[in-house]
Amino acid sequence: MNEVLTTDHISMEFGGLRAVSDLHLQVYPQEIIGLIGPNGAGKTTVFNMITGVYKPVEGQIYFDSNNITGLSPDKITKLGIARTFQNIRLFNSMTVLENVMISKHLRRKSNLLEAVLSMPKYNRERTMHYKECMELLEKVELADVADEMATSLPYGKQRRLEIVRALATEPKLLLLDEPAAGMNPNESNELMEFISKIRNEFDLTVLMIEHHMEVVMGICQRIYVLDYGVNLAVGSPSEIQNNEKVIEAYLGAVDTDA
Amino acid sequence: MDDKKQIKFILNIAVLALICVFLWWGNDNLSSFYIRILNLSAIFVILGISMNLVLGFTGMFSLGHSGFMCIGAYVASILTMSPASKEIIYFMEPITPILAQIQWPIFPAIIMAGVVAALFGFLVGIPALRLRDDYLAIATLGFAEIIRIIVTNTITITNGALGLKNIPSVKSMWVYWGIAIITIIILKKIVNSSWGYSFKAIRDNEIAAEAMGINLFSHKLLSFSIGAFFAGIAGALMAFLITSVDPTMFRFTFTFQILLIVVLGGMGSLTGSVISAVAITILMEVLRVVEEPINFFGLLQIPGLPGMRMVIFALGLLLVILYYRQGLMGTREFNWDYILNKIDSFRKRGASM
Repeated sequence: MNEVLTTDHISMEFGGLRAVSDLHLQVYPQEIIGLIGPNGAGKTTVFNMITGVYKPVEGQIYFDSNNITGLSPDKITKLGIARTFQNIRLFNSMTVLENVMISKHLRRKSNLLEAVLSMPKYNRERTMHYKECMELLEKVELADVADEMATSLPYGKQRRLEIVRALATEPKLLLLDEPAAGMNPNESNELMEFISKIRNEFDLTVLMIEHHMEVVMGICQRIYVLDYGVNLAVGSPSEIQNNEKVIEAYLGAVDTDA
Repeated sequence: MDDKKQIKFILNIAVLALICVFLWWGNDNLSSFYIRILNLSAIFVILGISMNLVLGFTGMFSLGHSGFMCIGAYVASILTMSPASKEIIYFMEPITPILAQIQWPIFPAIIMAGVVAALFGFLVGIPALRLRDDYLAIATLGFAEIIRIIVTNTITITNGALGLKNIPSVKSMWVYWGIAIITIIILKKIVNSSWGYSFKAIRDNEIAAEAMGINLFSHKLLSFSIGAFFAGIAGALMAFLITSVDPTMFRFTFTFQILLIVVLGGMGSLTGSVISAVAITILMEVLRVVEEPINFFGLLQIPGLPGMRMVIFALGLLLVILYYRQGLMGTREFNWDYILNKIDSFRKRGASM
């Protein structure tokens, strides 16, 4: 079993409404996988199940051959799954650097007492985290705005910061929820390059929800299509583009009388 | 950069030394009335910043501070009262034999008061912190009242509604301000540590904080218990200052007085809470004038109205909430950098002229 992530036929229900049903998703190391579907198809619900926000009503989720079904979100992050959000959720009272430094808190080895007493162990750790975060910011070209408030950044950079913040938790699997939302074609091209760059550099596996078809078709190796919570199709971008069921879900049924 | 750090370190030491000189001078030269007010403001400083940690930094709308203070006050009093006075005071029902002979020195009793209050904070926090916002406020308010009612009814331990008297009196400003300054330093360290940032992350966005690997419940519980610890210490100091405690002292109106300090000073600013704690405690005394009968040039006569002070504070709070919501300091802190930069630019302007 060398999959990074397997969702073993998971389902989610909200008061009788079946948001996701019987989804079997397999993600292999170093892949970039797309998860697409019309609005309300249950894509974000899948993310919320993988990251532990919801517990699936049926099925199991395996990450690195550990069963992570029902673990709390912070434990799952600790195991190595990081995520971004559809609507940006930065810490708005903090600077760019502080936003990234938060992600290092879960890798701490010192305790609160050592922090209060300014013990060398804590100080060394803090300096090390600071250096790591600055390096990370430099790699993604955000180092020059490290001391600015996160919310004062332009939209595209806020999106990138959210990804960096997720990267700082040292994940193996990165879940991106509509990273290109609200971006113009130029910005989404940049983002595509950025995602493949970090994938190679940090040895990541990426699972992303996206509506921009250019982005999805451009960088994803495989695509899962969801509609009303059901997995319609899975395959390479060209297979998906020519899949009748997918076209039907997106554009409506072809009128047979015409 | 290193140079600046050194300057700041020296400045910090200088300010501490200045405060020490003032305390040393004040202890001998100020009248006991002034010393009492200053000691009271030290207690409110501790209360203000510890509540700010919970309310301003972690974003938990908790109103249970007076309950934890009550616990601290009783623990410290029972531990330090002499066996003889315990025998006299507990005349309704004698005190439980285990506590009758105990007489601890002041400092261990203060620490113990904090520890017991923190323990109660921990126990109260486990159920209460599953709630948030207004619901948390109501639950913690309820818990504070429950603590007060338990204290009123456990007569063999707390002497019930009669309260405790003859608690050893501590007058020295060293004790009150010393502990207040240590509290400020500890809380500043916490707030600037990665734990402090995690608290702020929880305040800013719980969902994102959890996704970044912060365990919400344990961090909230930690912040809440630290808040309770210092509230307990402040309660102990309160007992030593007034030398008598009874359950009615710790009604929820007391919590609102601390809330006033936190809101006026700025939620999320230790500096703001320190300034507003001192200012409000002093104003409380200064404004006693308005409660006396006032005569406007023989035209208008206002009889003395007890409680007028609180009306003024209420109006002040209203104005702050309507027009200046972030309070005195907002989330900013006192920082030497700001002053050093000012001096620097002033000097440069002087040189260019």
